[in-house]
Amino acid sequence: MKRVFPLFLGGITLVLIILAWFTSGGVARREMRQANTPEQAVRLMLSQIQGHNFDAAYARLSNRGDVDKNAFIREFNGSYGSLLTYSSLENFDIWGLHSSDQESTMRVRLHYSTGVGPLDDVRDVKVQKSGDTWKVFWPVNNATKLPPQVIPVNYLRWDVIGRGAGDEWGVQNVDTPQVRILSMNAIQRPDGVTLVGEVVNEDSVPAFVNVGATLLDHAGNEIAQESSFDKIAHTLLPKQVSPYRIDFPNMRMEKIKNVRMDAKALLAAASADPVIEVNQQKVETDPLGKKVLSGQLTNEGGQVVDIPHVIVSYYDSNGKVVWVSDGYVAQPLLPQVPVPFAVDLPADISKNVQSYHVVVNHFDRVSS
Amino acid sequence: MRAVIIAAMMCFSGVSAVASEIHAPAQVTAGTAITIRTSGSGDATFYLVGPASASKTKVQAGSNIPIDSDQLEDAGRYVAALCASDGCTAANFFVKPAAANKLSFLVHPSRVPVGTPQGITAVAIVHDSFRNIVLQPSPVTFSIMAKNEKSVSAARTSENGVAWVRLTSAKKGGPTRLGAAIGHADEIRVVQQVAADACNLRIKASRAKRGFLVETEPVHDCGGNPVPDGTVVSFTESDAAGKTTVDVPIKRGVAKIEMPIDGSAKITVASGVVTGNELEVTGGQ
Repeated sequence: MKRVFPLFLGGITLVLIILAWFTSGGVARREMRQANTPEQAVRLMLSQIQGHNFDAAYARLSNRGDVDKNAFIREFNGSYGSLLTYSSLENFDIWGLHSSDQESTMRVRLHYSTGVGPLDDVRDVKVQKSGDTWKVFWPVNNATKLPPQVIPVNYLRWDVIGRGAGDEWGVQNVDTPQVRILSMNAIQRPDGVTLVGEVVNEDSVPAFVNVGATLLDHAGNEIAQESSFDKIAHTLLPKQVSPYRIDFPNMRMEKIKNVRMDAKALLAAASADPVIEVNQQKVETDPLGKKVLSGQLTNEGGQVVDIPHVIVSYYDSNGKVVWVSDGYVAQPLLPQVPVPFAVDLPADISKNVQSYHVVVNHFDRVSS
Repeated sequence: MRAVIIAAMMCFSGVSAVASEIHAPAQVTAGTAITIRTSGSGDATFYLVGPASASKTKVQAGSNIPIDSDQLEDAGRYVAALCASDGCTAANFFVKPAAANKLSFLVHPSRVPVGTPQGITAVAIVHDSFRNIVLQPSPVTFSIMAKNEKSVSAARTSENGVAWVRLTSAKKGGPTRLGAAIGHADEIRVVQQVAADACNLRIKASRAKRGFLVETEPVHDCGGNPVPDGTVVSFTESDAAGKTTVDVPIKRGVAKIEMPIDGSAKITVASGVVTGNELEVTGGQ
């Protein structure tokens, strides 16, 4: 009896360890170690990236001689305080596009969990047969980097000195900036009601803006209150226009009689730098068949932009804002280096879209 | 608490056997020392309850009680009460504000577009030296001191302690000093008169290294005032490669940006809700 209990405990422990190995994908990893198929090669590499085993993932590349290891790691780990530095690869999907005996193309969708919500990255990856195994051919990043130089930047910067707590009553203060809601359009969406529109800073100083809305029912009672949260460029320079979007989940238009809009503005220290150019904007269908507005962002300044945030307002033929969508860009904006972006556009709305306006917001480690 | 004390004192005064009496002046000017006469005899306690203070002193009934000027700085109703062994007696008196000598000067807004009718409001609240609002009509002199121009002034009489003027902002941008004066007080505020919306916004394009350099002509409002640096001008260019937009802040009076252009392109410009001219350019020409 003395021996039975330890043996029983040992057996239970062994069973649990085996179960844990199975559930953690141990079998799949072991099967994939051989990478007998293109999908296995990609899956193995991405599993190793997910587990932060970058050496092993890098070893799965067929063109290691052309790909810098640190650059490869930075593609998943991020750099310069970009969004990927605050994220982790949560999971991924892989499916084949076309295949031959020696080469295959796989499409992967990487699901990142980031500080601002989920982020998807879709890539087409070539896989090549090398002996008995398949290896991933990783595209070489040929992005040009600006040579070392000094870029003089002399855009305005605004600082604010407010009235002190010790100042006597009646001593002059600086007024909050004048902002105005240019338009508001309420749209019924399958998952709720959405308010979209634009707001302008009419003042000659920068403003930190937030737009809120209160829905009133037929009896004049408040039924919901929301704000634009991050669906707006909060810091608006003088005469700058920003789209905004306010979502009311699980709300029906029939319940709403009135909407009370509220644009709040505060004086904010701000800089007119950096200027970000948005090139090659077009509405197109992405590889997954979804409508997107894509383009390139180019940082015209000399300072790295850590986390770019793109907000787009779409207009119909009457110039009415019919939708606002936004998206964070995973890569940082290095000076003068174009970075692609794409933001979703619902298919049912895209057919009414005649034009659009893109605003780029940015968040930096030093300032935002 | 103050109401309770006053009520208690009034109650005492009602039940007193008129042995002790207290005589206060009916009206006193703030910051003036007074003497309160009392009658009776023996040890007593003197209470003085004002709008912002209360004090308690041991006195001799029948003597004159001096009240220092610093005890009577707050305008309003005061209750003086004398409590002796034979009961309490009380008297009310009012302290009125002293002569107008201070101002709270409120000017709104701190920034105003040029040529805004009645766009500036200047309000002066008249106080005496002890920050009591002077309700009696008092003359307040408002003055406007625009840069490089002669000062203009106008007198307004305060009503219930407040005097105000509404002003139309000047046609020319820049800081303007607004003043209000009464007694020894002379308060100054500065209002920034800023250019209104851009007017007749025009752009031109010239060939550059990366495509075309697109720049505005010096941006002015309709009154010819330069729109302040930092104001955003939005350039939009449409060509075969798609659309390019960029928000550029005005720098030294103009906004400019280099734009890549593929084939024929249309360039438009806007600042806030104001749109400008449209250019058609062709790359490679």
